[in-house]
Amino acid sequence: MNRNIKDTIVESLTGVCVLLIIFIIVSILTITIIGGWPNLNWTFLSEFPKDGMTKGGIFPAIIGTAVMTIIMALAAVPFGVITAIYLAEYANEKSVIAKTIRFAVKTLAVVPSIIFGLFGLGFFIGFVGKNMDAIFSGGELKWGQPNILWASLTMALLTLPVVIVSVEEAIRTIPRDMREASLALGATKWQTIRKVVLPGSVSGILTGTILAVSRGAGEVAPILFTGAVYFSSNLPHSLSDQFMSLGYHIYIMSTQSSNVDATQPIQFATTLVLLLLTFSLNAIAVVLRYRIRQKAK
Amino acid sequence: MNKKEDIVTFNKKKFRFSDWLAEKIIKAVAFLSIAVVILIFIFVFREAFPIFKMNKTGPAITETLVQESYGSAETENKTAKSIESQVENSSKISQTVDKPSATLLSNTWMPVSDNPRYGLWPLFLGTLKVTLVALLFAAPISILAAIYTAMFAKPRIREIIKPVVELLAGFPSVVIGFFALMVMATVLQNIFGYASRLNAFVGGIAMGLAAIPIIYTLTEDALTAIPKTFTEASLGLGASRRQTAFYVILPAAVPGIFAAVVLGLGRIFGETMIALMATGNAAMISINPFDSVRTLSATIGAEMAEVVFGDTHYNVLFLIGSLLFIFTFTLNALAEFYFKNLVIRKYQSKK
Repeated sequence: MNRNIKDTIVESLTGVCVLLIIFIIVSILTITIIGGWPNLNWTFLSEFPKDGMTKGGIFPAIIGTAVMTIIMALAAVPFGVITAIYLAEYANEKSVIAKTIRFAVKTLAVVPSIIFGLFGLGFFIGFVGKNMDAIFSGGELKWGQPNILWASLTMALLTLPVVIVSVEEAIRTIPRDMREASLALGATKWQTIRKVVLPGSVSGILTGTILAVSRGAGEVAPILFTGAVYFSSNLPHSLSDQFMSLGYHIYIMSTQSSNVDATQPIQFATTLVLLLLTFSLNAIAVVLRYRIRQKAK
Repeated sequence: MNKKEDIVTFNKKKFRFSDWLAEKIIKAVAFLSIAVVILIFIFVFREAFPIFKMNKTGPAITETLVQESYGSAETENKTAKSIESQVENSSKISQTVDKPSATLLSNTWMPVSDNPRYGLWPLFLGTLKVTLVALLFAAPISILAAIYTAMFAKPRIREIIKPVVELLAGFPSVVIGFFALMVMATVLQNIFGYASRLNAFVGGIAMGLAAIPIIYTLTEDALTAIPKTFTEASLGLGASRRQTAFYVILPAAVPGIFAAVVLGLGRIFGETMIALMATGNAAMISINPFDSVRTLSATIGAEMAEVVFGDTHYNVLFLIGSLLFIFTFTLNALAEFYFKNLVIRKYQSKK
């Protein structure tokens, strides 16, 4: 009897912890929706900020985030897919090289995002950009300053592990028989990868891309000093332009705006937009991944 | 005779240029991840290095820096504090400027003044305080929740709980920071009644939220990785589910759980946006968790945009970045090599 009571108490305590986490998630969602919904309309999404950022919409921030994540995906996905192919198809699991690459990928996944920002500043802007300026434009400052290209590439490095992990998982679900059948029919290894492995892992590549985009859209620390700006009156129209981003907009508006209270509706609405964006992307990725795992079973 | 020749030609692989090229390219690209890690090492350290060589910085340079960075908006606390220090400094008219590397171990972080001081202690202490609060909040909750999911929950409920908790991992940290700044800070202040609205406690709880999904998922994995025979043997001997979970499974999974907590710690330690938004950003030496703090990562985030390229302050911020990088790199290496081996060895000896 005594033991039963103890069992019940401890089991419910662990259950309460689960409920607490779920409660926090639900309250973040509801509070953001309650605070942001009334202000969320078409004008808010399609207008530029007005009156010193206290009124108007977030159109340039949406476009900036979209363009940045597209460039990021263009850089991260090919490299991620190829690395995943190497790890799943070519690498010998016990070789030092494969182990080192795996460790490097894990390291990239845990390095704080602000370090990527520092790296972007030191490498892309301070080293690559400065040297490009010296060679192509005779020292005139064009690439040696923060811009959307460097921000996207910095973000691409951050999201590279996300792509690698999802694609490798998908490649590994392709049955051995299919590869063997292809090889037995006389196809070379590369032909097998191109015609059998890659088509079979399309959904994995898609999942990886979506997760990377969702991660990249939400991160702010790497772009703090590699390309994001407080306000720009134009949309970015070249790779050397700076851009506005949703996450950076939330940060700036809530901590450094001239009138934090007056702009609160804008802040909540921007947060809601960002949350809806990352949330729906994640939901799609979860469904895709579930399908891949079902297929593997 | 004829037959033998056939076998030979069958075994001999035809050299295919496209295949050879593809393999080489794939290999080369795979090395990119290693190259990036090495490049991060080189470039973050390279920008930090000059701090140890520099002797003096001209006050003239810092003067212009003062003008520049006060023009832009800083966090309330920070600005108030800086203006105070500016007044103090101008009245002193300090002639001597300390060697920047000598001030690294001093007790004041005052990079923007006539006599800039880059004391890292307040930042270390601030980071430590926030990390402790976050870990004390996140670790027990996520471990207990993982125990419930892995041990007590019915399979159908588990299928729901896991993805829902993992949703939290998809929240951008700026959203959690915003929630902490707007909602949690006020709610917690009403409950505990402390003076400054943004402090190590609020920031720590918010960062804990960011670490919960990591610790939870990895702990759950560690618990479910324990062989089913352990549970069956324990239940068969008449132990209850609680006893099995806490006295059989949990001890067996300790290395894995430890690795989970270590990776959570790495996440908390390097978290920037939440620290920037919810900790108050005042670099002071105090052990009270309800005082405002400034963490290492937040210092980089807040000040990097305003420093002069190649300036001492710039180098010090990169030095802080190097420290963060070394720390998380070590934590990851520990979790990867040390704890994983512990788990494997344990099962091998029990076989």
